[in-house]
Amino acid sequence: MLACIGVKSIDDLFADIPEVARLTAPMDLPRRKSELEVERHLSRLAAKNVPASDVPFFVGGGAYKHHVPATVDHLIQRSEFLTSYTPYQPEITQGTLQALFEFQTQIADLTAMDVANASMYDGSTAAAEAVLMAHRVTRRNKAVISGGVHPHYRAVIRTTSELADDTFDILPADPMGTKDILSRINKETSCVVVQSPSFFGQLIDLQLIADKAHECGALLIAVFTEVVSLGLIEPPGTQGADIVVGEGQSIGNPLTFGGPYVGLFATRQKYVRQMPGRLCGETVDADGKRGFVVTLSTREQHIRREKATSNICTNAGLCQLAFTIHMTLLGKTGFEKLALANHAAAVKLAEMLEGIDGVELLNDAFFNEFTLRLKGKDSEAVVNTLAEKGIMAGVPVKRIDPISEGVGDLLVVAATEINTDEDRAAFAAALKEVLAWA
Amino acid sequence: MGMNSQGRLSTPAETAAVAEHKTFTGNKALQIEEPLIFEIGRNEVTGVDIDVPLDFKPRLGSHRRKQPIDPPGLSEPEAMRHYVRLSQKNCAIDMGLYPLGSCTMKHNPRLNEKMARLPGFADVHPLQPLFTVSGAVELIAELGKWLLVTTGMASVAMSPKAGAHGELCGMMSIKVALTARGETRTKVLVPESAHGTNPATAALLGYKVVTIPAREDGTVDPASVRELLDDQVAAIMLTNPNTCGLFERDIKEIADAVHEAGAYFYCDGANFNAIVGKVKPGELGVDAMHINLHKTFSTPHGGGGPGAGPVVLSEKLAPFAPVPYVRFEGDTAEFVETRAKAKEHGDTPFGRMTAFHGQMGMFIRALSFMLSHGCDGLKQASEDAVLNANYIRASLQDLMSLPFGKRPNMHEVLFDDSFLKDTGVTTLDFAKAMIDEGYHPMTMYFPLVIHGALLIEPTESESLASLDLFVATLRDLVMSAKRGETERFTGAPYHSPRRRLDETAAARKPILKWVRPEPATAEATE
Repeated sequence: MLACIGVKSIDDLFADIPEVARLTAPMDLPRRKSELEVERHLSRLAAKNVPASDVPFFVGGGAYKHHVPATVDHLIQRSEFLTSYTPYQPEITQGTLQALFEFQTQIADLTAMDVANASMYDGSTAAAEAVLMAHRVTRRNKAVISGGVHPHYRAVIRTTSELADDTFDILPADPMGTKDILSRINKETSCVVVQSPSFFGQLIDLQLIADKAHECGALLIAVFTEVVSLGLIEPPGTQGADIVVGEGQSIGNPLTFGGPYVGLFATRQKYVRQMPGRLCGETVDADGKRGFVVTLSTREQHIRREKATSNICTNAGLCQLAFTIHMTLLGKTGFEKLALANHAAAVKLAEMLEGIDGVELLNDAFFNEFTLRLKGKDSEAVVNTLAEKGIMAGVPVKRIDPISEGVGDLLVVAATEINTDEDRAAFAAALKEVLAWA
Repeated sequence: MGMNSQGRLSTPAETAAVAEHKTFTGNKALQIEEPLIFEIGRNEVTGVDIDVPLDFKPRLGSHRRKQPIDPPGLSEPEAMRHYVRLSQKNCAIDMGLYPLGSCTMKHNPRLNEKMARLPGFADVHPLQPLFTVSGAVELIAELGKWLLVTTGMASVAMSPKAGAHGELCGMMSIKVALTARGETRTKVLVPESAHGTNPATAALLGYKVVTIPAREDGTVDPASVRELLDDQVAAIMLTNPNTCGLFERDIKEIADAVHEAGAYFYCDGANFNAIVGKVKPGELGVDAMHINLHKTFSTPHGGGGPGAGPVVLSEKLAPFAPVPYVRFEGDTAEFVETRAKAKEHGDTPFGRMTAFHGQMGMFIRALSFMLSHGCDGLKQASEDAVLNANYIRASLQDLMSLPFGKRPNMHEVLFDDSFLKDTGVTTLDFAKAMIDEGYHPMTMYFPLVIHGALLIEPTESESLASLDLFVATLRDLVMSAKRGETERFTGAPYHSPRRRLDETAAARKPILKWVRPEPATAEATE
């Protein structure tokens, strides 16, 4: 090969690298390992972690443990899906494209919105993109963020807004959505960001906020982190939302310590050209047969460069495919049942926990997640003690929101279809014991 | 005839009739025509068993859904068939050479998939108490160390979700570092050959994008950079090796000039796979660089994602890295999750890029790849990738046209379309004819600096036999175009699951979801 190229050594091909910077010695890293050695090394690391399936598990707060049918993981590991790339050549990527079209249709239906894109990185980055989109649509740059939005989502929106030279009004943690957000909305507001079910699990009436936002010429951005809720609760689309963003991990995707997940993004037809991200559309081929292509690319960075609606390029491809396959297996019937099973699990758990001395259930309406006040107890310490006893109790609010006041004794608890009666009983008994001692 | 903004045809050309043996089903043997799930599924069908307890009283308040949902379901065997059939309409690395330049379609070892599915990784929650996930934090720290050693940089931000997200993270660090110096700068320099994400990222942060023209040989001239530098330039965003497949040989001089002007050097690390083990970007004056784990370290491309884009930072930018990050006190690792916690250590993170901790699933796969290769294997992978790309260049340079002369390239080789002059065949036609030969086309019409660009990246995964067959195929296609056999190109592809698709029509009247057809009424049928 070297002779064909006309060089003496491989290093001749690297001659453009400045000589002073060229590496002559091997990098200070271990040499290659066999498959068996790598497997041993990584398995040792994995063994130090406690998997959700091994214990009674009630941790949510933006990522949820659900049962994913074996079919899903088998299908997404098919070579043709796993090792393909962005469908730049539609003639030989109809598989990816048709699945995208199915996904977009499913998301539009669940959220009751007109159009959905072909996925974002995750819910939090989708939320930040939605705020930027609202700025483009309204030509204003001040976002109002409710205190019920996930603290990490609020932090991501804040970071993006700060560095994009936008302004924002981020309300402090608001467990029951009772704080007045309406008076913060005015003629300078680009959008109002509200989460329902909120980070604290509370179900929020979006219509009221949508009306006020629209009256002021602002958009309502509705956020959710638990997509399963859409099987049972009123969707944002029928409550006046202009942009809906959410996390789709619950359907099809494992927890994997926080990623990769799949961001959902839907909006009204009139805003479609302001959307970020990839879109798949229907068309016909030269023989008149139906086919699918990536479309409206003139919004995207590879065509529009600095005038693009976003810098996003990669989507959540395989995670989106897992979502679509799981959703197809569920169908309307299965999805509604799944939602109901989740709600039932949460109601049963809430009934057991709210009776414990020193525990107050804050929510009056919730789906599969709710907030407990452990009256004066440090909820993080309680969670750690319970974890030592082999029970994963939930998310101590202070851990991810150290700034807001009065959240030190709050614990967000999630219940899903994976929890058994025994899990719930073990949790209730252990919590009772820990609170009595603490 | 429809054209998009890059001047490429987007409407199928008139084509000669193909001899067709029509089938009753419309299927062609193993190629099965597959409807949408909405056309074959039914609302009452589900492929999942779920027991719903009935002994509970809902606590939904007034929020119960009134509008029913409508997605149809498929039984398990139906769903399996549906998605297997769809998969068979896809081209993939596992099926053949996938020379998509700039995208690095290398083999994805299945060990990595197996490791990512260990319950100790796949089944742990990001907000479990940290003492129950110490192995996960350790893995993040270990991968971080590998990235720092291979790049020669001071610090790494692991959380960005993909390359473009990493760019955003790096440029945010730069903006905050300038603010910390009490400066507000307004411009970012970007070469015209850059990926579209670079100018889009700079613009997102409010910077004016100033384009650096390319030198005749496809690289950036330090003199043009110096000409554009002033006290308003915040940073230069430079890809190295660049998108023409060439190493920016004056990179140190450019970095020095940028630093003298008080600006920062952002390196787009999309092509890092060409130089791992050969040079450390830290030695070249880079201040920030993202690493596409799905390119260089072989996490699967998955039909467009997910990616992962950790960003390595220089000493100057390290204090601004976003949360979360792993902090070392001697040998003890601490996982710092909030700005408040970071401040206790005297760090000043600029904020948070994403919920949770980044693309853990991709971290596992990338580390598995790196451990398997080791320092020696990673270097060899770069060398083999560069060797393969040069072999393709050398084997085709007599027939196809090189815009920058017959000089060595790095991991990808760029041709322009002058070899197709007067043949009536465009770059797009040429690419579509490759589909009929069983190849995914190369990257086309990018970089924008070259007319009708064809960017070929074979990666290190290809054997000599595989390269030879690819070369022979391209030679045959070029000869055929030159002989005037234009039909082979202008009507291509003929044999793929779909023929050329009408992108113009798709964009003119976008159909972005399936809509239930109106039932036929009596009036309509009259």
